[in-house]
Amino acid sequence: MKVLIPIKRVIDANVKVRVRGDGSGVETQNVKMAMNPFCEIAVEEAVRLKEAGLAEELIVISCGVTQCQETLRTGLAMGADRGILVETDAELEPLAVAKLLKAVVDKESPDLIILGKQSVDGDNNQTGQMLAALLGWPQGTFISKIEIKDSGSAITREVDGGLEMLEIKLPAVVTVDLRLNEPRYASLPNIMKAKKKPIETISPDALGVDVAPRVEILEVTEPPSRQAGIKVESVGELVDKLRNEAKVI
Amino acid sequence: MNRPEPAPAVKPAAATAAFQWEDPLLLEELLSEEERLIRDSARAYCQDKLMPRILEANRHEHFDPDIMREMGQLGFLGITIDGYGCAGASHVAYGLVTREVERVDSGYRSAMSVQSSLVMHPIHAYGTEEQRQKYLPKLATAEWIGCFGLTEPDHGSDPGGMKSRAQTVDGGFRLKGSKMWISNSPIADVFVVWAKDDEGVIRGFILEKGMDGLSAPKIDGKFSLRASITGEIVMDDVFVPEGNLLPNVKGLGGPFGCLNKARYGISWGAMGAAEFCWHAARSYTLERSQFGRPLAANQLIQKKLADMQTEITLGLQASLRVGRLLDEGKGAPEAISLVKRNNCGKALDIARLARDMHGGNGIVDEYHVIRHLMNLETVNTYEGTHDIHALILGRAQTGIQAFC
Repeated sequence: MKVLIPIKRVIDANVKVRVRGDGSGVETQNVKMAMNPFCEIAVEEAVRLKEAGLAEELIVISCGVTQCQETLRTGLAMGADRGILVETDAELEPLAVAKLLKAVVDKESPDLIILGKQSVDGDNNQTGQMLAALLGWPQGTFISKIEIKDSGSAITREVDGGLEMLEIKLPAVVTVDLRLNEPRYASLPNIMKAKKKPIETISPDALGVDVAPRVEILEVTEPPSRQAGIKVESVGELVDKLRNEAKVI
Repeated sequence: MNRPEPAPAVKPAAATAAFQWEDPLLLEELLSEEERLIRDSARAYCQDKLMPRILEANRHEHFDPDIMREMGQLGFLGITIDGYGCAGASHVAYGLVTREVERVDSGYRSAMSVQSSLVMHPIHAYGTEEQRQKYLPKLATAEWIGCFGLTEPDHGSDPGGMKSRAQTVDGGFRLKGSKMWISNSPIADVFVVWAKDDEGVIRGFILEKGMDGLSAPKIDGKFSLRASITGEIVMDDVFVPEGNLLPNVKGLGGPFGCLNKARYGISWGAMGAAEFCWHAARSYTLERSQFGRPLAANQLIQKKLADMQTEITLGLQASLRVGRLLDEGKGAPEAISLVKRNNCGKALDIARLARDMHGGNGIVDEYHVIRHLMNLETVNTYEGTHDIHALILGRAQTGIQAFC
């Protein structure tokens, strides 16, 4: 089985994100970047499938700037076999990423695509679903467990009411949730070995995909700072405020 | 190793670059991709897995050998050795890892340094192929824990005066003597010990736990490096087979070669501890208000923060440079003395300042700076004291040795 793992380079989750002075986006200059945490979980799961003898080849793929190579290298150090960088300086929206991924899937024909349920920067939670739709493949989102069987794959999804168990046929797209696994730290010998693993670079043009944005960003602003609370004199005043000011009762 | 960066666009004269307060001289850009990945992996492990354990470990003077095994799994042990299950990474990568480990605790970094630089390095550099094959893979995974015996109760800065003796006997040697302040010794499986032979020449030997006459009692009551275990090595006529002699080195050059490696790593590690103290002092003085404004609004506080930032920035650049020199085979021991001495002394000063800036809270272990301060007292002393390294540097530039 061949597994494709799309991964994204995002601002490190430990960094305090700041809005750019002109409100056009967030500051990324000289800001520490890292692999999106959900993507790490996706890579980990793929590596476990390979270690269990259920997958033969793991391909990590990232779409974006040259520096995404470093993110791919992290994936290779965790245990993926080779990387693909779809290199572009363009701001990529989920639909563009899904189209790029579809074009690569058409070439590589993986049996399973595992990706994070969302990235911690855009929080869109769209790429996996769009990719499945473009491919016409079954999808399982927010999974907390996956088992590979002869007929396909048994997955457990985390939904609002609890857990949902599904069986889906392969090839399929699954997006992973936090509780699926705890990703490993790349070991030093594996980081050294990752240097020798191949990363292929292709352009959106070569894949015939138009990545022009469909959404216009008007302004990015800091969340409003939290207002100080007040003390109320009586229960009556509290009930009154809840009913007439907050309008929650 | 460094990918050539595209030539920077020439900026108009009016444009000024943004200052990175945490990394004023952009050390980040001087690292290779692989070095950054190694640093990131080490930082993630240390912050996720070591930081939550250190408070209790330090409070109860407890060393958990599992930590060595975890470090082994991640390839932190014998980083610069190529083969035998080791990573074969650069000296700079080794330094970056020690910085991340010591950002949590100097004791954890000590355990790692000893295994890597003082046990694996001499076996790799001075041992036979058979010895390498036998010991290195198991030391790399920490299936075996190692220790290094040079210092004696009466011979610290002056190891040449050691009393330990290795008398030639049929089939090997009989070792007699005792070693003091030995990190890891009470839990060690492998002991690299230095003793004088029949001719009075210092030789290295590999001893193993369980040899008759060998014991390693723990030293209790340390107020420093409490999360690392320290002991003695007592050798009461221990028979060591011929095959356990490190054949390829004679004299003080053997142990000093090991110490060079370790001291270089310490120069980075001390800066990791200092960085923790600096960042903690900055956060604390920004958050703590007195007289109606943050402590950080006071000139006295800002002056201290500026001093910390300056010393750490310069110290890291110096360690990086020495690391590159070592990778190019141009790292002189005196250059290592310079960074070991400077960075440990400065880190200790920074920890003291940070303790002071934390006020009363600074003495509580939950704020961590007092622990770093107590640890750095040892780090400034071991592997050549601040003053001894001054004498090494003094000798190197005057040609006059002033040790005695």
